[in-house]
Amino acid sequence: MELNINGIRQEVDIEADTPLLWALRDTLGMTGTKYGCGVAQCGACTVLVDGQPTRSCVTTVDTVVGTQITTIEAITDDPVGRKVVEAWVVNQVPQCGYCQSGQVMAATALLKETPQPTDDGIAAAMVNLCRCGTYNAIAAAVRDAAQA
Amino acid sequence: MNQIHTDVPGNAASHDKPFNISRRGFLGTVAGALVLGVAVPGAIRPALAQAAAAAAAPGTRVPAFIEIRPDSTVFFRSAFIEGGQGIFTAMAQIVGEELDVDPANFVVEAAPPGPDYGLIGGYRFTGGSFSVRSSYDLMRKLGASARGMLLQAAAERLSVPVAELSTEPGRVMHAASGRSLAYGEIAEAAARLPVPETVTLREPKDFRWIGKPVERLDIRAKSTGKTQYAIDTKVENMLYAAVQHSPRLGGEPGSLANEAEVKVRKGVHSVHRLPGAVAVVADSWWRARMAVEALQVTWTEPAAGTAHAMPADFSSAGHMEKLKATTGDGVVFEEQGDAAAALSSAAKVVEATYDAPHLVHGQLEPPSAVARWNEDGTLELWIPNQAPEMFQGDAAKVADIAPEKVIIHSPMLGGFFGRHFLYQSANPYPQAILLAKAIGRPIKLVWSREEEFLRDTLRPMGVVRFRAGLDQDGNPTAVSAVAVGEGATGRWFGRQPDKVDSSAVEGIAGKIYAIPNKRIAQIHVDDPAIIGFWRSVGHSMNDFFSETFFDEMADAGRKDPYELRLELLKDSARHHTLLQAVAELSGGWKRGPFAAEDGTRRARGLAMASPFGSEVATIAEVSLSDGQVVVHDVWVAIDPGSIVNPRVIEHQVNSAVALGVSSALLEEVVYIDGLPQARNYDGYPILTPDMMPRVHVRIIESGAPIGGIGEPGLPGVPPAIANAVAVLATERPRSLPLSKTTFEEKKA
Ligand code: FES
Ligand code: FES
Repeated sequence: MELNINGIRQEVDIEADTPLLWALRDTLGMTGTKYGCGVAQCGACTVLVDGQPTRSCVTTVDTVVGTQITTIEAITDDPVGRKVVEAWVVNQVPQCGYCQSGQVMAATALLKETPQPTDDGIAAAMVNLCRCGTYNAIAAAVRDAAQA
Repeated sequence: MNQIHTDVPGNAASHDKPFNISRRGFLGTVAGALVLGVAVPGAIRPALAQAAAAAAAPGTRVPAFIEIRPDSTVFFRSAFIEGGQGIFTAMAQIVGEELDVDPANFVVEAAPPGPDYGLIGGYRFTGGSFSVRSSYDLMRKLGASARGMLLQAAAERLSVPVAELSTEPGRVMHAASGRSLAYGEIAEAAARLPVPETVTLREPKDFRWIGKPVERLDIRAKSTGKTQYAIDTKVENMLYAAVQHSPRLGGEPGSLANEAEVKVRKGVHSVHRLPGAVAVVADSWWRARMAVEALQVTWTEPAAGTAHAMPADFSSAGHMEKLKATTGDGVVFEEQGDAAAALSSAAKVVEATYDAPHLVHGQLEPPSAVARWNEDGTLELWIPNQAPEMFQGDAAKVADIAPEKVIIHSPMLGGFFGRHFLYQSANPYPQAILLAKAIGRPIKLVWSREEEFLRDTLRPMGVVRFRAGLDQDGNPTAVSAVAVGEGATGRWFGRQPDKVDSSAVEGIAGKIYAIPNKRIAQIHVDDPAIIGFWRSVGHSMNDFFSETFFDEMADAGRKDPYELRLELLKDSARHHTLLQAVAELSGGWKRGPFAAEDGTRRARGLAMASPFGSEVATIAEVSLSDGQVVVHDVWVAIDPGSIVNPRVIEHQVNSAVALGVSSALLEEVVYIDGLPQARNYDGYPILTPDMMPRVHVRIIESGAPIGGIGEPGLPGVPPAIANAVAVLATERPRSLPLSKTTFEEKKA
């Protein structure tokens, strides 16, 4: 199977029903995307599939053949991604950081789709779990990134 | 990373005079940097390292901690593990302040095992909100000592007296001649110099970085997915492993009905029986996991007498009933005056029983372990841990080799909250060690979230019975409390039957109010679960019990809970100030109920706690929506004595509030028939973004001895919420989590 990840075509020899998360982490060695729950509960595994935030732990690879997949490894190649990362730094968002790849991907997807989200729009899009409770900092950083 | 040790032997050092080792190596090396300092032939290195280690008190041997690179940046080995609490940045601030290097120019990693890092009475762990508290003075002296050596080296290089030299960040300056030297230029020369006998520390008023909102060092990497957690470790030639544990602890794998089928699945390398588990090794973790979960295992019943075997009939509800049915006066932990007499002569007696459930840690990074047996007989482990030497010792036992042959890497932790102490049945590394040995290749073992829910250690279940006596005017004259259950400290560090484990009563005992008669006691009842330390340990539930009961007492005496606290703290300036500060931060104390702008009916609750050397006062504002509790705002005034980084404190308080709200509202482990009902977050809800309250923090530096930061923000949150709910609801919350109860609003 051929996957297009961050603009690069990659051949993966795995079962069609393998979750994209494990194709990224184990087959391709791209460990920036995280495993938290494996059942679409936490969002640590969020990547963009054709720009849509997608939980890669429950997305099998056969369903993303022919799409553009973007992962955290390429986040600063994207102008919106760069703004998000800068806002994350200014707001000192991460604590343990484990959820933050997914949070940054979700925020980037939101701002690419809706450059000036309302607070409700932010709340509706930023639903990933953070056990460290960085939620207030995340919301502040998304607002900042929208202004930048 | 290859590390070349560059120690030269130290002479005898006395423990009260930490810097009098007359000669020793100074600046070591890191991979890719120049080799600086004194090279010691490999063959004699271990002996020298031992000699030096034996001579130096922990925290004093500069090269064990500090390496200055040619570009004058500092590579620093932290005795403490970073897991989001900001300790690496704190270390850079504290050491950088005295070394005179901007913390931004530090690269910090967790130190390997070794006696140099035993900063807590010769031991080391990252926990108890103890890292800065236990190392602040030592790390300042360490930085100052290194700076003194750089000054001396510069004096020799420039042929001027040391007294004519000063430093600016990263440089030694000679003002008279206008010459200067970068630290990187003199690092090697400094290595050959004696360590200064005495060092002068900076005046706190001159601090540039300590006490300032310095940016954290780990933020950018964590915002771009570059941080390597244990679960991200890759080593050459490794295979992946996944396990299926015995559903109940103590069971062993019996027959594997379909082993032959599983063995030939694509990518599968081998199938293994382990103590209490089965494992599959494969060429990817997903294949290993699918295969191990396909295994049809018959589990044996635990052999009679198996320690901590999970009983087949264990249920959370049953254990709660047992705790509640366990009566008696217990073993006294704290006593003042004569509580029994005061209670019998009281005008009014208030009684209530409180309880709190088992909780999981729920850190977002599932446990993992990478194990590699090296050709030289050493075993290398990459493992999430809060105590490298303890893990090293235990891994050595599992591997049956000497501890010094176990090399421990302690990567950044994807959250911990007490999860990564040495809990034998809750760590994957023993399995990884056995598997790597069996297959002769490195193993990366990851526990699925479901296996983690099965084997995580739990916060103990707790029940407390309170009685309070009030006088004619409603003033409390006596409090008596009996806690029933087991503490985590006793479980893991040994319990003396005639003594109370302080972790079982902290937060019920040690309260600050001037109540003349007190008796705080405990009845030990074995907790059938594997219990562990959970962020703020006993305080996480005990302050809920005691501070909520405080409000019951106040209400029974017709006193406002804020005014009563002020009255009972009038002789304690520190607490009085703190309580007023939190009230002021919230715009002035108002209990409610009151109508908010959005039309909801709200109330506020208050709590105070004294956890881990800090003092905290908390106010929460809540409303009820369809009988469920909504938390809108939390105000926290925290007095840790003095501080290192106000911004990190604000973020840690936010984090502690989140976990406090989560535990108060949502979290509960439920066992039925010996099995946990939740195996992932879908069955064990944790706080979601929409439930997060606004958090307002005020830091007060009273100048008292420095206290902890990571945990103290938590204990006040559940009682502040419950006390607010009590104002609105017909029923007073006495049992967590609050989501179990559908509260009915009192008529206005
Ligand atoms: S790992 Fe995919 S949602 Fe949690
Ligand atoms: S920063 Fe730790 S889980 Fe979000």
